[in-house]
Amino acid sequence: MIRINCPFCGERDHSEFSYGGDGSIVYPALDAPVEEWVEAVFQRENIRGVQTESWQHVSGCRQWILVERDTMTHEIHSVRAAHEGVAKVLEAGK
Amino acid sequence: MSASRLPDGGRIDRSTPVNFKWDKQNFSGFAGDTLASALIASGETIFGRSFKYHRPRGVMSAGVEESGAIVTVGRDDRRDPNVKATTQEIYEGLNASGQNAWPNVRTDIGAVNNLMSRFFSAGFYYKTFMGIPPMEWGKGTGIWMQYEKLIRKAAGMGVASREPDPDTYEHGHRFCDVLVVGSGPAGLAAAVKASLAGLDVLLVEQDFELGGDYLNQSTPEAELTRTAALKALKEAGATVMTRTSAFGLYDYGVAGLLERVTDHLADPPQHTPRQRFLTVRAKHTILATGALERSIAFGNNDMPGIMTAAAGATYVNRYGVLPGNQVVVATSNDSAFTAAIAMAKAGASVTLLDARESLPGGAAKLLESHGVNLKSGSTVLEAHGRKGISNLELAVKSSNGWSAGETLDCNLLMLSGGWSPVVNLLSHRGVRPVWDSQNLCFVSPGHDEPIQMAGSANAVWHTEDCEASGAAAADSAIAAINNQTTSIVVPATGGWESPIEPLYEVTVEGRKLKSFIDPQHDVTADDVRLAHQEGFVSVEHLKRYTTLGMATDQGKMGNIIGLALMAEALGRDIPEVGTTTFRPPYTPISLGALTGRGKGAHFKPLRRTPIHEWNLAHGATMTEAGLWQRPWYFARKGEGITEAYIRETITTRESVGLVDVTSLGKIAIQGPDATEFINRIYSNAFAKLPIGKARYGIMLRDDGIVMDDGTTWRFSDTDYFMTTTTAHAAKVMVWLEELLQTRWSHLKVHVTSVSEQWAGSAVAGPKSRDVLSACVEDATTVTNDALPFMGVIETRLKNGAPCRIARISFSGEMAYEMYVGSDYAESMMDLLWESTQTFDGCLYGTEALGALRIEKGHVTGVELDGRVTIEDAGLGAMVSDKKSYIGSALRKRPDLNRVDRPQLVGIVPKDRSETFKAGSVLCAEDKLEGHGEGWITAVTHSPSMGHWIGLGYIKGGYNEWSGKTVVAADPVRRGNVDVEIISPHMVDPSGERMRG
Ligand SMILES: [Zn+2]
Repeated sequence: MIRINCPFCGERDHSEFSYGGDGSIVYPALDAPVEEWVEAVFQRENIRGVQTESWQHVSGCRQWILVERDTMTHEIHSVRAAHEGVAKVLEAGK
Repeated sequence: MSASRLPDGGRIDRSTPVNFKWDKQNFSGFAGDTLASALIASGETIFGRSFKYHRPRGVMSAGVEESGAIVTVGRDDRRDPNVKATTQEIYEGLNASGQNAWPNVRTDIGAVNNLMSRFFSAGFYYKTFMGIPPMEWGKGTGIWMQYEKLIRKAAGMGVASREPDPDTYEHGHRFCDVLVVGSGPAGLAAAVKASLAGLDVLLVEQDFELGGDYLNQSTPEAELTRTAALKALKEAGATVMTRTSAFGLYDYGVAGLLERVTDHLADPPQHTPRQRFLTVRAKHTILATGALERSIAFGNNDMPGIMTAAAGATYVNRYGVLPGNQVVVATSNDSAFTAAIAMAKAGASVTLLDARESLPGGAAKLLESHGVNLKSGSTVLEAHGRKGISNLELAVKSSNGWSAGETLDCNLLMLSGGWSPVVNLLSHRGVRPVWDSQNLCFVSPGHDEPIQMAGSANAVWHTEDCEASGAAAADSAIAAINNQTTSIVVPATGGWESPIEPLYEVTVEGRKLKSFIDPQHDVTADDVRLAHQEGFVSVEHLKRYTTLGMATDQGKMGNIIGLALMAEALGRDIPEVGTTTFRPPYTPISLGALTGRGKGAHFKPLRRTPIHEWNLAHGATMTEAGLWQRPWYFARKGEGITEAYIRETITTRESVGLVDVTSLGKIAIQGPDATEFINRIYSNAFAKLPIGKARYGIMLRDDGIVMDDGTTWRFSDTDYFMTTTTAHAAKVMVWLEELLQTRWSHLKVHVTSVSEQWAGSAVAGPKSRDVLSACVEDATTVTNDALPFMGVIETRLKNGAPCRIARISFSGEMAYEMYVGSDYAESMMDLLWESTQTFDGCLYGTEALGALRIEKGHVTGVELDGRVTIEDAGLGAMVSDKKSYIGSALRKRPDLNRVDRPQLVGIVPKDRSETFKAGSVLCAEDKLEGHGEGWITAVTHSPSMGHWIGLGYIKGGYNEWSGKTVVAADPVRRGNVDVEIISPHMVDPSGERMRG
């Protein structure tokens, strides 16, 4: 029953969103060695506490967002657009 | 008959008699009665039979904690088992019956179990039926399941209807500033105060009347305060809901509510749902949920005629019913005094047994002034009687505990072993209650949740203190919501004149007693000790082993006694032993309410193409493809599905056929970097796709496994049109958005789902170009030169509708996909169909579509099942080695490149007249076991080949198995069939027909 403050639409119920995954991962270049891809795709921390997650407002604006959520309490510490350019524009407009 | 309706008093409406049935006999009560109060007034004592021993059970309470009077309400498809008679309102025509008894609750054959009770102690079923041959662990699970079914039948509680539920249920959502649960003195005070502060307040009450404990009091002041509060709430605009249970609290201030809309009505209006399931989001929650009075464990304490002290007073004051005229009240605390006085005022002879040796003078005097006979330092040792209590044996305090005392006649025994605040909802939030050694109960500890406990739910006992407690809780909520810090004075807990004394179980050295702590599940004090002897030390294990607190009342009355006895056995204190975790729901909720409207046709959304009605008008039989309705086959006169799809397949191969392909996913990919983007997501080369051409592409996941396939058409430098499979349309769209927004935000590309904007038809077969020529504005645009294999054009239909056409083939024939704006869908079909008929062509559905593609060895979602590589699917030619793309790194992992991986093959029955089924396991002839060597994904009768064919995967593929006999094992359906493995490209492997 989490509620997420979408940077585009405002606070909405989590049922409008779909969970992506670990939002802290920087995916390697497409031609990067297989080891780097194994690291990025398969190795995950099982975090107890605050983790950065990607979510998509799939039943809303369809934007991907990065959410800092506490896995123990569901408390959300921050939400920002995943798209770097868009995030910068939103940040500047604050 | 000892129980009777009092000549006056109570909150029932004596001018409105209500007739109902109980166990097939006619009864009547008054509006405002519960089933329990009406039946007690009519002299009924036995309401049910216990779970294991079939002991008679009467009314033990006056509320949701009821553990004895559990009944079935309604009949046939509206049969609702395990309803508490103490909360069920009566209505005209109500039909209730006893359960867990045969032939009825008064005379129950199963009661013989009671004589064998020593064989039914804790863990009996486990010990008897498990762990001994042939049911050693891991071996006889199946046999245990069989036994369990029988045991459940013999021991079962009420039986639910097996017919479809005829009622409707609704789901709703709402927001509020403050949710107040419970409308007793604390809840009303809190709701009034918060409303007057301008907050949006929602007050919910599980009872059908507002007032909580005010309703159980007989003083005019109580009623005045109650009505004044209700008036204030109304004026302040608070929302008030009765018959509404807050069954669970969740994250972010979410509460689950169940509103019983029509369960109390004889003739529910047609438009109303039976129940509503509400999700409420509150900034603050005040739990004024009250407290439940505890029982005491002594011999035969489960006998009909024994109830809590407060329940006795409730029946007198609220329902105008005297449940017995010869009353004994046994207590360990002051709260039972008012109950005893209420009984005396109603005309009963009353004896009060107080376990404490000395009572405060004021109380003793007050009791005596009402004619209550007071015996201090005494309690009950054992109750006696045949089908209800008729006398009891006293226990008298002695130097080393209790000793047996005199015998007292009585027909009603009222108990108070203390009070347990209802902290259940707070516990749902993971807040562990702590033991209050002053008030002998679990209470809320300090916590960070935006939740306040108020009134007796916080161990505040007196009405005026509860009102103050509610107001203080409201103050806290107001301050929190307005971001203020104020110091709020919270009334102290407790309030009894003399302290409560621990009284959980009464025993006398050398006496064997059957003392129940969970009357519904027949868990006795001895069971707890036995569990301890057998090594159980954790309360959670104790609960599961003895089933204490696992019945429909969830141990609301007996859990604390169980904990106390466990603590005693372990030689520890109650706080050290701890309590079990309360979980939602606080009171049972029906599965129908959870389901809401989401059942039957509304279980999932339904998608129809713009050609849907047209298909139906032209004889389509529809089928489900995911959420979509698609034409399955178009039967002509005298045809079944088999004849129809075979004819459609042959007609398409020999002449021409049309099929609705609108359900394919369609994505517009636009922007200066569109080419780069597409080149990165497909495994094959796209960088040099010319304008005016389409290309088949395969998309991998990061891990190198195939995600989806489809065609992408190029209209300009910056404008592409991608089609996906029907099944993966949504997933692919999400994937493209994720890549563009999270990984490649520097790419200037826009993706738009246009699946609903374009309606499409495939035109397939040797005559397809002729059909097209007749339908487009300018026939020269679709000649072989103008529109070669994999060519794309944008043009207009004869009726002027803009359309886009690609010459692509799924059937293996010369074929086209044509799309128009959805509004033109039917006119496109009219044009195509008119022309198609001149060539004796046909319409075809998914069944023929399947036959055509299986013959060609084309893969779909069943083959691309999220486990296969490009090579596994026989599409190795679709890989570019000159570029990097999504999945290109991880597809090189060694395990994905083993030669013995399952690979796509064609399958034919060895005896060509045989058939087989999709889902069969492919096994080596001499090794019919385990997961076999592969599996069959799709089968069809192939008109081209004249027999059945299939596609599937087998380890090592065609090279490994060609010429060998393989068994398509299907032991529980079709039976096993010998098959041969062939190339998956079964018809026109060189592809001449589609290029021609
Ligand atoms: Zn949004």
